[in-house]
Amino acid sequence: MTLSQDLSSEVPVLDVRNLCTRFFTEAGVGKAVEDLSLCLRRGEILGLVGESGSGKTVAGFSLMGLIDPPGRVVSGQVLFEGVDLTALNERALRKLRGNRIAMIFQDPMMTLNPVLTIGTQMIETLRAHRRISRAEAWSRARDGLARVGIAAPEERLAAYPHQLSGGMRQRVAIAIALLNEPSLIIADEPTTALDVTIQAQILAEVQRLCRETGTALIWVTHDLAVVSGLADRIAVMYAGRLVEEGRTEAIIEQPLHPYTRGLIASVPSRNLRGERLRQIPGMTPSLMSLPEGCAFAPRCDRASEACRARAPVMETPASGRMVRCFHPLTAPEDRS
Amino acid sequence: MFVHILTRLFQSLVTMAAMAVLVFVGVFAIGNPVDLLINPEADQAEMAAAIARLGLDQPMWRQFLSFVSGLLQGNLGTSFVHNAPALGLILERMPATFELALLAMIFAIVIGVPAGLVAGLYPERLVGRGIMGASILGFSLPTFWVGLMLIMVFAVWLGWLPSTGRGETRSLFGIEFSFLTLDGLRHMFLPALNLAIFKVSLVTRLARAGTREVLLQDYVKFARAKGLSPARVIFVHVLKNMMIPVVTVIGLEFGSVMAFAVVTESIFAWPGMGKLLIESITRLDRPVIVAYLMLTVLLFVTINLIVDLVYSVFDPRVRLSESS
Repeated sequence: MTLSQDLSSEVPVLDVRNLCTRFFTEAGVGKAVEDLSLCLRRGEILGLVGESGSGKTVAGFSLMGLIDPPGRVVSGQVLFEGVDLTALNERALRKLRGNRIAMIFQDPMMTLNPVLTIGTQMIETLRAHRRISRAEAWSRARDGLARVGIAAPEERLAAYPHQLSGGMRQRVAIAIALLNEPSLIIADEPTTALDVTIQAQILAEVQRLCRETGTALIWVTHDLAVVSGLADRIAVMYAGRLVEEGRTEAIIEQPLHPYTRGLIASVPSRNLRGERLRQIPGMTPSLMSLPEGCAFAPRCDRASEACRARAPVMETPASGRMVRCFHPLTAPEDRS
Repeated sequence: MFVHILTRLFQSLVTMAAMAVLVFVGVFAIGNPVDLLINPEADQAEMAAAIARLGLDQPMWRQFLSFVSGLLQGNLGTSFVHNAPALGLILERMPATFELALLAMIFAIVIGVPAGLVAGLYPERLVGRGIMGASILGFSLPTFWVGLMLIMVFAVWLGWLPSTGRGETRSLFGIEFSFLTLDGLRHMFLPALNLAIFKVSLVTRLARAGTREVLLQDYVKFARAKGLSPARVIFVHVLKNMMIPVVTVIGLEFGSVMAFAVVTESIFAWPGMGKLLIESITRLDRPVIVAYLMLTVLLFVTINLIVDLVYSVFDPRVRLSESS
């Protein structure tokens, strides 16, 4: 049962059911995303957290239908406003991309085309989805830039990407994502490449815009600290699978999965100054050769024979709380 | 921008000076023109007079100095054979080579860029592999052989196109051009195609490599994530970026096509600079060879400069760094 059904009967913006994405390479089959289920309501912000190689970026692209060979979505459904995207053809998907579902990429230095002006790249996004004149598209693009806090938007429209700073470029990318007033934005680590101060500005900006426009947001990141201040809910991914999901406060204060606890403990904090930083022992497994049973078992201090023998399934220990573990933690760990 | 051009001009002058020395010394090494030029029946006195008239009695450094002083006055010497200014002889032949080279480069772009784009977009498919296979042929078949085959097929067997000469020409700004008449164009077609084949392969490979590289860039995926049509993604986002290296190479290749159209011009009896060069080499007409090589250097230097400027049209990053 998904969270939204608990809370309301409205059709969720996004309802992902048992999505699997695999990469078929010569070295073998990589299970990048395995049995992913997510649900997002209007205006909700979900933090999708995981280490590098946990499949979180692939998950984002899978939702957009932008997985290139040798990768492929092999099973599952992506219900977007009630329509299954995995059943749509390319043309129908294209009408949704950049229009109803937008995406923001990780590196603002790379996402804007270096040889086209900001204006061109914004106007084409508008004109790909609606029949409007260039002049009208231009003025909407200008308003779009102003909305994300860019000064002198008219001048910026004529600028090329290299003339803008990294933070400014990411604002442009966000403005592009918002242009057609999508109901869902997938943001793939959009602040990782930025300075901390810029990062904070962008976070605040995005949060405000989502609240204002009622846009649902999936914020993909490896940084638990960033999403804890931003997201309504957090979903933790490990080795291609969701291991825990719940409301942000609940996850942070009382993680149920040992991996989540490890992630939280490894966030540096002022209270723990002078102490050794905790780390999760071992490495993320290769998606090409996942262990039998729970993928986290080799790094887990609570692992038992059962963990190594078979994979745990997602369970719902409390309302709005899901965990994939045979031995979930019950109380907050004593940190000392 | 102005400073940039000045710097480039200075660099070009240094290049020209270095080449002048190399060319002069190099041409000296290939043989003594006296043996070929002077009537073997001539007696000692006549021979000495002829040698003195050509300035060949002077030591090499004296000859070099008089060459340089002539060069600075725009005089590249007088042909031993034609007894006319070497530069004039070459310039007279230049339009023929120029229009041939231009048509060849147009072929290279019109065929090479789309072929490379297709091969880059579908590297695994038959069409992509086929294009790459054909380009290997284009690289490896010798120009003279391809030229002979073209003549055999299109001129001898099919009889569609003429194989020698420039055909009918028409005057433009006082210069005779073949491309202004239909007959001239028909005469140009085969030699230009022959000249283009190697360049087509080159442009195809460059365009393919560029396409494959650009396709992996985040901005292409972002363009797709914006819901743009495939045509828009390919012809605007990919093509514009992919053309940057292609333009550079096309510019440089234009120089080499002009300078080294020798083989093609010989096969198709095209009265251009290349044919003049071959004739001059066989007769050891030193001033013409030297003038030709100096002109080639000048051509390359100029083209490099132009490429630099055209580059900025395609790549706004270059434009900015130069203007600031």
